Amino acid sequence: MLLSPEEWDALWLSAKVASCDTMVCLPFGIALSWLLERSRLPGKFLVDALVQLPMVLPPVVPGYLLLLLLGTHGPLGGWLLAHFGIVIAFTWKGAALASAVMAFPLMVQPIRLAFRLIDARLEKAATTLGAHPWQVFLTITLPLALPGVIAGSVLCFSRGLGEFGATMAFVGNIPGETRTLPLAIYSLTHVPNGDAAALRLSLLSIGLAIAALLISHWIGRRAERVLGYADHRDHHAEL
Amino acid sequence: MLSFSFRYARGAFELVADADVDGGVTGICGPSGSGKSTLLALLAGLLRPRVGSLRIGDEQLVDTARDIFVPAWDRHFGLVFQDGQLFPHLSVRRNLLYGHDRLPASARRFELEAVLQLLEIGHLLDRRPTLLSGGERQRVALGRALLYSPRLLLLDEPLSALDERLKQQILPFLKRVKEETRIPMLYVTHTRSEVDYLADRVLTMAQGKLS
Repeated sequence: MLLSPEEWDALWLSAKVASCDTMVCLPFGIALSWLLERSRLPGKFLVDALVQLPMVLPPVVPGYLLLLLLGTHGPLGGWLLAHFGIVIAFTWKGAALASAVMAFPLMVQPIRLAFRLIDARLEKAATTLGAHPWQVFLTITLPLALPGVIAGSVLCFSRGLGEFGATMAFVGNIPGETRTLPLAIYSLTHVPNGDAAALRLSLLSIGLAIAALLISHWIGRRAERVLGYADHRDHHAEL
Repeated sequence: MLSFSFRYARGAFELVADADVDGGVTGICGPSGSGKSTLLALLAGLLRPRVGSLRIGDEQLVDTARDIFVPAWDRHFGLVFQDGQLFPHLSVRRNLLYGHDRLPASARRFELEAVLQLLEIGHLLDRRPTLLSGGERQRVALGRALLYSPRLLLLDEPLSALDERLKQQILPFLKRVKEETRIPMLYVTHTRSEVDYLADRVLTMAQGKLS
C-alpha cells in the first residue's frame, strides 16, 4: 500500500503496544476505581494522587523512573533478568508498560465516574436477594458500569497509540522494537526528505484517533441500549 | 415469630426499636424521617446496630453481645423498595428470577408461573424495567421478592411513589399475596389507610422510637 515496510512496522507496533497497555490496565483500572469509590481505605487520597501523577508530570519523568527501576541494572529489572531472564527496558514490552503508566489515569477516571453514578440501592436490592458481594459486583455493578469501562479502555488505547515522552526515555527509539507511530514521525522530521512520510503517518494517526472515537461512540450507544438507558431516553423522546 | 431490639445512631438521629411480632402483616406507621426505613435496613442486614438482637423463629440473626451478625445475603428476607429498584440492564424475567435462581430447588416455595398469575405480570416478561409503568414496576418488584421465597417480607413504602388510582389497584394484589402465601410481612408506610386495609396489627414510629 502507501506505507513503506518501516512505516507498517511502526503502525503494527503502536497497535500492539496500545492493545497490551489496555489489557494490562483494565483489571487494575476496574479494581482500583472500585476501591477508590467504594471502600473506606485510609490514605485513599494518597493513592488517588499517585495514580493521577503521570498526567501532571512531564512524561519524561515517569519514563526515566521506569528506567531506573526496570533497567537491567535497576533493582527490579536486575532481579527479573537474574531470575526469569526477562528484559523490559528497550523492548516493546517496556513501551507497553510506559504507555500503561501514562494511560492509567485516563482509564480510571471514567470507570470511577461510572461506579459513582450507580444507584447503591440496586446493589442493596441484589444483596437482599441472596447475592454475595462479589456476585453483586459481577451481575449488577460491573454491567451497569460498562459504558464507563468502555470509555476508559478507548481513552487508554488512544493514549497508548500516542505515547511519546515516557516511551522515549524508558525504551528509546529502536526501529522495529520500540519505534511506535509518534516516534517514527519524530524521527522522520529529523531526516532529509522525511516530510512526506511524516505527513502520511500524521494523517494516519488522525485517522486512527477518529476511528477510535467513532468505535467508542458506537459501543457506548450499544451498551446504553443493552443497559436500558437508551430505552428510557427514546421513551421520553416519544412522549 | 420475629423479635428484635435495636439501638442505632447516625449523627443526631437515634433509633430505639424493640418488638415481638407474630405472623401475618405488621404495619409500621410514621411520618417521613421517623426512622422507618432505617429499621427495615437493620432488619434486612443492610445496617449494623450499635447494640441489638434479632431472632426469627429459633434462629438468632443478630446479637451484638455475642458478636453474631448474619449478613443480608444469608438472611433470606425479601425487601421491596419504594421505587422498585429493578435492575435496569436485565429483562423483567431476569429480574424476577434473580433471587430465585440462587436458591436450591428444595428451598423454592413458588414457581415463576404461579407468581406471574398472582400478580398478573405475565405479559411483561420480555420488557425492560425502564419501560414499565410505576404500578407494573412495583408488581414486578414484589414478584421478584416473592420468587426468592423469603421467610419474611419487608415492604418499604411500596406504594408511596404511585398515585391514588394506582394504589387502589395494587393494594388488592398485596392482600392476595398476604392471603395466598402466608409469608409474614412488615409493611412500612406513612399512609394509615394502607395498613388499616392490610395489617393485622399496627406499630407506630415517631422520632426514632417504635411503640
